[in-house]
Amino acid sequence: MLLLEDVHTHYGKIEALHGVSLEVKQGEIVSLIGANGAGKTTLLMTVCGNPQATSGRVLLEGRDITRLPTADIMRSGISIVPEGRRVFSGLTVEENLFMGGFFNSRTDNQKGIEHVYELFPRLKEREHQRAGTMSGGEQQMLAIGRALMSRPRMMILDEPSLGLAPLVIKQIFEIIGQLREEGITVFLVEQNANQALQLADRGYVLETGRIRLHDTGSNLLANPDVQAAYLGG
Amino acid sequence: MVAHNFRHAFFCAVITLIIAWPILGFKLVAEGTQITVNGASAFTWIAVAVAAFIVFLFQLFRDRIMGGLGGLAELNPMADREPMPQEKRVRLENIGLGVLIAIALFWPFFVSRGSVDLATLVLIYIMLALGLNVVVGLAGLLDLGYVAFYAVGAYTFALLSNYWGISFWMALPIGGLMAALFGLVLGFPVLRLRGDYLAIVTLGFGEIIRILLNNWTSVTGGPNGIGGIPDPTLFGMEFGRRVKEEGNTSFHETFGIAYAGEHKVIFLYLIALVLAIITAFAIRRLMRMPVGRSWEALREDEIAARSLGLSRTGVKLSAFTIGAFFAGFAGTVFASKQGFISPESFVFLESAIILAIVVLGGMGSQMGVILAAIAVTILPELAREFAEYRMLIFGAAMVLMMVWRPQGLLPMRRRQIKLKAET
Ligand SMILES: Nc1ncnc2c1ncn2[C@@H]1O[C@H](COP(=O)(O)OP(=O)(O)OP(=O)(O)O)[C@@H](O)[C@H]1O
Ligand SMILES: [Mg+2]
Repeated sequence: MLLLEDVHTHYGKIEALHGVSLEVKQGEIVSLIGANGAGKTTLLMTVCGNPQATSGRVLLEGRDITRLPTADIMRSGISIVPEGRRVFSGLTVEENLFMGGFFNSRTDNQKGIEHVYELFPRLKEREHQRAGTMSGGEQQMLAIGRALMSRPRMMILDEPSLGLAPLVIKQIFEIIGQLREEGITVFLVEQNANQALQLADRGYVLETGRIRLHDTGSNLLANPDVQAAYLGG
Repeated sequence: MVAHNFRHAFFCAVITLIIAWPILGFKLVAEGTQITVNGASAFTWIAVAVAAFIVFLFQLFRDRIMGGLGGLAELNPMADREPMPQEKRVRLENIGLGVLIAIALFWPFFVSRGSVDLATLVLIYIMLALGLNVVVGLAGLLDLGYVAFYAVGAYTFALLSNYWGISFWMALPIGGLMAALFGLVLGFPVLRLRGDYLAIVTLGFGEIIRILLNNWTSVTGGPNGIGGIPDPTLFGMEFGRRVKEEGNTSFHETFGIAYAGEHKVIFLYLIALVLAIITAFAIRRLMRMPVGRSWEALREDEIAARSLGLSRTGVKLSAFTIGAFFAGFAGTVFASKQGFISPESFVFLESAIILAIVVLGGMGSQMGVILAAIAVTILPELAREFAEYRMLIFGAAMVLMMVWRPQGLLPMRRRQIKLKAET
């Protein structure tokens, strides 16, 4: 589904990714873990073409998207829940969702919104509330809901558990599991390594711009190095 | 609290003295070729001292005074009322608009020529502010050079009529399109810029256009400007005493009424009114279309908007282009109204005033912008009696206004998009 081949990404002169290769297969949940500043967000943004990879290739469903403009990439069946949620705070919940399905027909969006409200009944209750006035957890649900509105085949999430209470995190992870049931391929970036790896089919460990480890989720959980570095012993 | 403010208040008083001393304290007197510096009268000195003392007192009790001013917001009856339900509000707004338009259509026939002329100017500013509102209020792109597009519209008409004898009605769309083209051209280099940087570049663009008009003497006449810009005609009828263009007839002869200068003024007013209404409705429609929502999304969060597949290029350029188009409209009307234009009419102050209208009106809200345009154009006229203190009063009014309603006269209450049960 998504394939990265020896991807290098620069911010100006500084190289943030030093040749990353990874693969996310159709129907999987793949987790990417790594310390702060390892380049996780950079990797996701490179997939979205902002910034573009300086060398290497990014393939989405076999198509080379390395040099495509962001807008085109984001309209080809992939959607992202960006780091820090980034809901449109002045818009209502409903309008935020509507923006998510910007390129879809009205009837598609009606179905889409209903579906999102089924996943997140909380959002339904707050339909006409301004997104900026909602709690962090609700905003995260909204960000996921908004990303779902374009009916993506693949969803990328950048630290969806950031700053949320354990109970809400659990709920969010349950929803992510549910996305897989619906046939959406998930590429998940997390600090919360424990839960992310439990949920994932496979996982990658990124360290200062390089892939250090790559294994199934359960093997990574059992790996002593991973335990020491990311699971607090 | 007071003790805390003391140092600050003292400091402010000293600054007042430092500023007022050289400006008011000395008088230059020319005696033949010599200029001598005299000290000002004792009265001026006392006035300066009193002023410094007032500043001192004001700053000392600032919290209490501003607290009182803040209370003004509560005096405002609309302040903390429950927002009306949307349907009711829309209905009320529509009725209000209808009444307003009806009044606007008929009142010029009952008032003086001067007032109609001023009202035409107000309408031009309404068009400009509505256009800038798209760029600043909706798309959130701070444009300080908006007057450039106004100038492009005005000069397009002036040059077309001067060189090829093209009439107002032909020039109107051309002026709008030319301005839109300039908006597009300006849009490209500033795509990557935001906030302050964007403001500076657009400011520069505004100045470039003005300086170009000023220096390209062979075409634009430079600082002398262009005169003899024709008035609009009504189905080939001219409003002058004598027909200037062959094939045209004159309005007063056709209808067998006596010639009156008012006819032309009122006609121009009505044209401006119709164009302002068209502008308002066109932009209202755009706001509800996908392009309008993409402007808002970009304003709210650029990264999120792009993550949804919106193209930053397309969204920004459309805002710039559409905003500029209406400025071109306004420019054409302005050129026709004045009959003479020069770069003087398109200085930075104009951009600043239009921006002030948008901010005062409450970013993004059309009704607010219209009210603010009326206030900002008419207030300096009303204050004319105060001669040189006119701009001072104007400034004070603006400051008070922003204290009273920081979010503008009628802050934008966005019309919610309803998915369900709407056709
Ligand atoms: N816009 C930018 N310009 C320059 N350097 C950047 C930029 N964004 C990120 N970096 C640098 O790239 C490196 C990787 O950053 P990135 O945001 O990808 O880390 P991360 O793994 O997502 O961290 P976190 O878990 O804290 O979100 C860091 O050293 C960071 O300073
Ligand atoms: Mg990150």
